[in-house]
This record gives sequence, C-alpha cells and structure tokens, in this order.
Amino acid sequence: MSMIHVSTTINGDEAEFLCDPRETLLDVLRDKLALTGAKEGCGTGDCGACSVTVDGRLVCSCLVLGAEAQGKSITTVEGIAEGESLHPLQEKFIEYAALQCGICTPGILVATKALLEKNPDPTETEVRYWLAGNLCRCTGYDKIIRAVMDTAADLRKAS
Amino acid sequence: MQYHSPASFEDAVGIAASADGTTRFLAGGTDVLVQLRADVFTPDVLIDVKNIEGVKDIVCEDGGWRIGAAVSGAEMSENAELARQWPGLVEAMDLIGSTQVQGRATLVGNLCNGSPAADSVPAMFAADVSANITGPNGERRVAVSEIPVGPGKTSLEKGEVITALHIPQRGDNAADAYLRFIPRTEMDIAVVGCAVNLRLDGDTISEARVSLGAVAPKVLLVDEAAQAIIGTSLDENALNALAAAASAACNPINDKRGTIKFRTHVAGVLARRAAKIAYDRVRASK
Ligand SMILES: Cc1cc2nc3c(=O)[nH]c(=O)nc-3n(C[C@@H](O)[C@@H](O)[C@H](O)COP(=O)(O)OP(=O)(O)OC[C@H]3O[C@@H](n4cnc5c(N)ncnc54)[C@H](O)[C@@H]3O)c2cc1C
Ligand code: FES
Ligand code: FES
Repeated sequence: MSMIHVSTTINGDEAEFLCDPRETLLDVLRDKLALTGAKEGCGTGDCGACSVTVDGRLVCSCLVLGAEAQGKSITTVEGIAEGESLHPLQEKFIEYAALQCGICTPGILVATKALLEKNPDPTETEVRYWLAGNLCRCTGYDKIIRAVMDTAADLRKAS
Repeated sequence: MQYHSPASFEDAVGIAASADGTTRFLAGGTDVLVQLRADVFTPDVLIDVKNIEGVKDIVCEDGGWRIGAAVSGAEMSENAELARQWPGLVEAMDLIGSTQVQGRATLVGNLCNGSPAADSVPAMFAADVSANITGPNGERRVAVSEIPVGPGKTSLEKGEVITALHIPQRGDNAADAYLRFIPRTEMDIAVVGCAVNLRLDGDTISEARVSLGAVAPKVLLVDEAAQAIIGTSLDENALNALAAAASAACNPINDKRGTIKFRTHVAGVLARRAAKIAYDRVRASK
C-alpha cells in the first residue's frame, strides 16, 4: 500500500506525516503525531469527541482523511491553552465541574471555542443546538452549558 | 484504496473513467467516510473534488445561483442573501447532522448518496435545481430530480461528476419551505420530509412544486399535490386536497422508525404545514 506524504499545520506548528489513504485525520493525530486529546467515541460522526477545526471550520476528525490535511491549518484541544495558562473555557469547565470521565471534554472545548469565536453572545438554546453533535454520557449537559454561558459573559466583559 | 486529489474536473473525469474497480468522489465525506469506516463500502479509487477551482463558489449567475460541488451546509447558511431567497432549501440543508457535519456535508453528496430520506433533496426538487455534469462524453445539464433512481443509485454514468448546481432565478412573490418529521429535535434521519415552493399572484398561488422524502424508494416530485393548490389562496379545501394528494403519492417502507400508515398520514400533515409556511413567507416579504 503506497503511503501519502502530507504537509500541514497543527496548532500553529508545521507538521509532516506519511499516511495510508484510508487513515483518518483522527488516526493520524492520535497514532502518528501523539496528539491524543481528540478521542474516538464512535468513528461515525455522531459523538463529536474527535472534534477539531480545519481552516477554522469545526469538523469531526474521524470523518476527515489524513490525506485531506494537506496544506490545511488544524487546531486540536492541545492548541487551546497558551503555554501554561488555560483558556477561559478550560478554567470555567474546572470551576463548574463540567466534566466527569472527561472523554467528551476535548471535543466540547474545541466546539464551544469555535462557537464563541463565531457568536460571542449565544443564547442557551443556541449553545445546546451547536453542541447537538457532542455527546456526554456523564454530566447531563447542564454544567457544560452553564460553564459556556458564563465564559461567554466573562469574555464579553473583558473585550 | 487509491486517493487522488485532482486540480481540475477534466482530470477527475479522466481518473474516474479509467479507474479499475469501484470509484467514489469525495466531497464532505460524511457518507463516504462513514461507509468506509464501517466496512460497508470501500471504493478502489477515491477522488477528492475539493482542490478543484470554483468548487467552493456561491455566486449569482443567470439571475439564479451557482453552488459549487463542495460548498458545505455551513457555508450556505452563512450566505444571508441565499438564505433570504431560498429559505426552504437552506433550512433543509441546515437540518443535516450536527455543527460538525454541517462543516463538511454538501448538497451534491446528499443527492448522490441516493438516500430517499436525504433532507436537502426534496428541497432541491421543489426549487427545480439542476446539475452541471461533466464526463467522458462531454457536459450535460439535467434537473436534479432526474439524478436519484433508487436507494443508493443515481443516473450518473461511469466517469461522470457533478461540477456545480444551479438554483433558478427566484423572481417576485415566491418562497419555499421544508419540514421533516423525526422523533427527536436533532441528529436523526427523516421519517418523512416535505418541501413546498410557491409563487403567488396577489393571494392566488400561480406556481407550485411539492416534493416528498422518505416515503418511497426515491424522493418524489408530486405533481398532483402541486395541482391541488395552484389557482387557490390556500384555503381549507385546498389544504385538504393537498394533504390527500401527498398521502396518495406515498409508497413507504414499514420499519421501527415509522409504519406505512404513519408515514402516509404524516406526509399529508407536513405538506399542509410546509405549504402554509411558504405561503406566509411570500406574504411577509411583500
Ligand atoms: C452524524 C451524521 C448525521 C447525519 N444526518 C443527516 C440528516 O439529518 N439528514 C440527511 O439528509 N443526511 C444526514 N447525514 C448524511 C449527510 O451528511 C450526507 O448525505 C451528506 O449530505 C453527503 O455530502 P458529502 O459532501 O459529505 O458527501 P460524500 O460523503 O463526500 O459523498 C457522498 C456521495 O456523493 C458522491 N459525490 C460526491 N461529490 C460528487 C460529485 N461532485 N459528483 C458526483 N458524485 C459525487 C460520492 O461518490 C458519494 O457516493 C448525516 C451524516 C452524519 C455523519
Ligand atoms: S469519533 Fe468522531 S464523531 Fe464520534
Ligand atoms: S464527562 Fe464523561 S462523557 Fe462527558
């Protein structure tokens, strides 16, 4: 099987890898680039645990081929904090205990960061619809929604 | 599986036409990759169309719109003028999957996957969208309603690829609407879908197209349902005739998601509601 050579940008850094044509971006991130933040919950686009952004657009990395990353700019949960300082969403998720097992958390952080960049003042309904593709089997969602609403309010005050 | 990412449709056609074994095109991959990962279907040759110039275009052309083959649902919803002119088509596409799926899924993929329950397809039928197709024997333009021929099957020949979709000129006093029934509010497959596209002359419907999804082996364009409301002002009699014609056109499957009786009934209910929404949209825009 011939391997494909891919050059891309991940969390602002240039990255290169070889992949099988059938390998997904999620496989590549986890198995080749040791970025294990994105999780595989389903592999079929239903759970959102694998959420990343590609050229700023929120997608499921389990439904993107590694080969498609050529020339693109990818952000994963590892790129959300700035060095040692956590992103405001990460701070609030801790404060609100908006996670239990944590499997869904990387995907939800990437997804909600994308939401707040597009819409800094979402309603609760908008947050819930935006996260319809991010499943959480532990928290019952409420703490997640409250953490996101509160982060949005803080960020609006700060700006 | 081989992966190709040609820079032109000419090259894409060349690769597809000379491919040994099975071929798929890769737009957003929300069907192709699901099928690949689930070992339902792995093509021998996969041709990514997203690096071809113009595939991300949403442009006004010939009074209507040209939508490139790789435009995602999210990109359609973000185009305020498109959403204003074709709210039904945009809302139908927007119902597909989650935010993440919206970032990738395309109209062309939804059409060519050939699912009778595909949400954007009834809206495209009702809007009379056509497709530009290029293949080994040259180019042709066909109505989108001629493309699905059965579950998972299209009328495209080997080597043929859709380069863009054309939405007709909207014109005055016209609007569309799409509704689907699902047992929950998000992330589910339509049990019934219905799109209605209307034009009014005063209060009277002068043109109508009605399309139903998930009630037959392929999406239906139901002329009898359109005829039931043309010439009326969508009074109760017209709505009853519309619902009866929509239900009469159904030939659905019986499964755990909806019985034949239920789907047939709901088709009529959705047709009434979608027609009212489209009608009210025209009146509100006046
Ligand atoms: C979690 C999830 C939820 C979903 N929910 C819904 C839903 O609610 N409603 C719904 O209708 N669908 C739903 N879908 C399916 C929907 O996302 C797809 O049908 C999508 O619209 C296909 O578009 P794509 O660009 O991803 O196509 P791809 O997967 O890239 O391709 C699909 C098919 O189209 C063909 N194709 C692609 N481009 C071309 C071209 N230019 N010319 C010729 N053929 C081409 C391919 O060969 C393939 O057969 C869901 C999918 C997922 C993963
Ligand atoms: S692993 Fe990608 S959506 Fe579940
Ligand atoms: S915290 Fe366990 S799945 Fe969300």
